[in-house]
Amino acid sequence: MTEKAVELKGVYKAFKTGFTMKKVEALNGVDLVINKGEVFGYLGPNGSGKTTTLKLIMGIIHLDKGEIKIMSKSPNDISIKEIIGFLPESPYFYDYLNAVEFLDFYARLFSIPKAIRRDKIRRLLKMVGLEKRAGESLRHFSRGMLQRIGIAQALINDPEIVFLDEPMSGLDPLGRAEVKEIIQGLKRDGKTVVFSSHILPDVEAIADRVGIIVNGKIRDVGDLDKLLSKRVSFVEVTVFGLDRDMLDPLKGKAKVKRILGDRIVLLVEGVENVDAVIDYIRFCEIGIESVEPIRMTLEELFLSETKGKSK
Amino acid sequence: MKSFIKKIWVITLNTFKEAVRDRILYSIVFFAFLILILSTIMDVVTIGQRAKIIQDMGLASISIFGALIAIFVGIGLVYKEIDKRTIFTIVSKPVTRYQFLLGKYFGLVLTILVEVLAMGTIFLALVYYTSGYINPRLFAAIGLTFLELMVICSVAVFFSSFSTPILSGMFTLGIYLIGHMTRDLYEFSAKLEGTFLAVILKILYYVFPNLDNFNIRAQVVHELPIDPKYFFYSVLYGLLYITLLLFVSSIIFTKRDFK
Ligand SMILES: Nc1ncnc2c1ncn2[C@@H]1O[C@H](COP(=O)(O)OP(=O)(O)OP(=O)(O)O)[C@@H](O)[C@H]1O
Ligand SMILES: [Mg+2]
Repeated sequence: MTEKAVELKGVYKAFKTGFTMKKVEALNGVDLVINKGEVFGYLGPNGSGKTTTLKLIMGIIHLDKGEIKIMSKSPNDISIKEIIGFLPESPYFYDYLNAVEFLDFYARLFSIPKAIRRDKIRRLLKMVGLEKRAGESLRHFSRGMLQRIGIAQALINDPEIVFLDEPMSGLDPLGRAEVKEIIQGLKRDGKTVVFSSHILPDVEAIADRVGIIVNGKIRDVGDLDKLLSKRVSFVEVTVFGLDRDMLDPLKGKAKVKRILGDRIVLLVEGVENVDAVIDYIRFCEIGIESVEPIRMTLEELFLSETKGKSK
Repeated sequence: MKSFIKKIWVITLNTFKEAVRDRILYSIVFFAFLILILSTIMDVVTIGQRAKIIQDMGLASISIFGALIAIFVGIGLVYKEIDKRTIFTIVSKPVTRYQFLLGKYFGLVLTILVEVLAMGTIFLALVYYTSGYINPRLFAAIGLTFLELMVICSVAVFFSSFSTPILSGMFTLGIYLIGHMTRDLYEFSAKLEGTFLAVILKILYYVFPNLDNFNIRAQVVHELPIDPKYFFYSVLYGLLYITLLLFVSSIIFTKRDFK
């Protein structure tokens, strides 16, 4: 059996806002298990509750109902903090410190001996590509650079479990690639990584498993491919030399999506119909240019999930 | 235990560093300026009077100046960490929230200590320059003033553990002012004995810090005797008040959400 790194059971959290103290339900009964050693992508549209979940796990906010366990311990157990790392969303840091002082401050909170600190800080700055800016005050750092120093800060204690809230936001393509590299490196070292995002390609490339949260509820957990392919609802078949009236037998199975000169793009609904459609086209001895499954984008997935909820 | 205190110390140092880099200590230059102008004005007064007035005004300036800085720096202290969300990373490290709060408090106290030491030195130098001699009891007066400022720091930290800087500033300033009038509150309540207002005034008397306990200016300047017991009780009172307030602040701070 795989060991659980993090477990959430029936987690409920509401915020009271504004003058009227109106309740906003940020999390509405979240159940989630993150296994040891996996890279877990936490996906969801804006305002779905990703940050709230991570803040609860960190003990930054307290839950109203439910239970959270990190390596079987409560988020309020101070000893658990020795083995976790956290990068907050759009981090802002002590801007009167320079990069080295900043990391040194956090290293001291872990009581890391001086000799090790110096070495570790140098290594981390190199890892996030800031070794040349080591002596510079964070006040002069760009958003992407703050994101990088934030990642370094999250790794200062060689954590077993790393939580990253939108680690790639604010980074250029090179930066994104570097962060992916860092996450993969952590996985190779046997660490557990939990990161949130709403950008599909970032998640696809590195996550072993994903959880999708919409409106404060987990809608799906599992393999991203499976989650998306469960919903591959269309296959586009492009053919040439097909007469429109030859399409009649395909009614109910495919429809014309576009006509490009003598080429016709057919939209086949449902994977189960693909065979029949292709058989028919081959039977008519018509050329097939391409067959392309149209995978649902994350946005469409979110949309379908949202709709699913309101049903 | 050692690492428990060490972590508080790490935050204390960082807080002090922030104060230094935000150029808070430049205010000492202001103080020097102020007190120099003061002593120049004093030239018109006769010699015997002058020494007394300089001592009195100097000590008062240290208290007021220190209080302003304690309030000004203190109210933003915790709030800024929450507002800029630096607290998020702190909470995710192996530091308890009360360790953090204590670290912040002592960082503020350290800043005030440096201020008081600098102001005190300038003040004593001036006293020596004008009268050729330093009354050793001036040290006691400065020491108690520092304790008063420590109390004010704890009030500022208390309010900033749950409130905004503007509100904290108003409350702390209010407590500083009322804290110097609590004896009047008490006497006034005695006059109203038996009324509802008297009860309220009595409660206020016990809730607000009695900051006049830390004021021995008159005795020092006019060379009146001070009972050592008075000194001892004042110190005890100050330390108890601070402990209690920090304790309550820690509870509030531990229970709250950071948004
Ligand atoms: N401090 C707060 N006060 C009031 N409401 C809040 C607070 N924090 C979050 N919320 C609400 O809770 C819900 C979830 O917010 P959360 O920040 O967790 O979303 P998210 O998934 O991280 O979104 P994003 O992708 O934009 O970062 C939102 O409706 C938000 O308005
Ligand atoms: Mg978020």
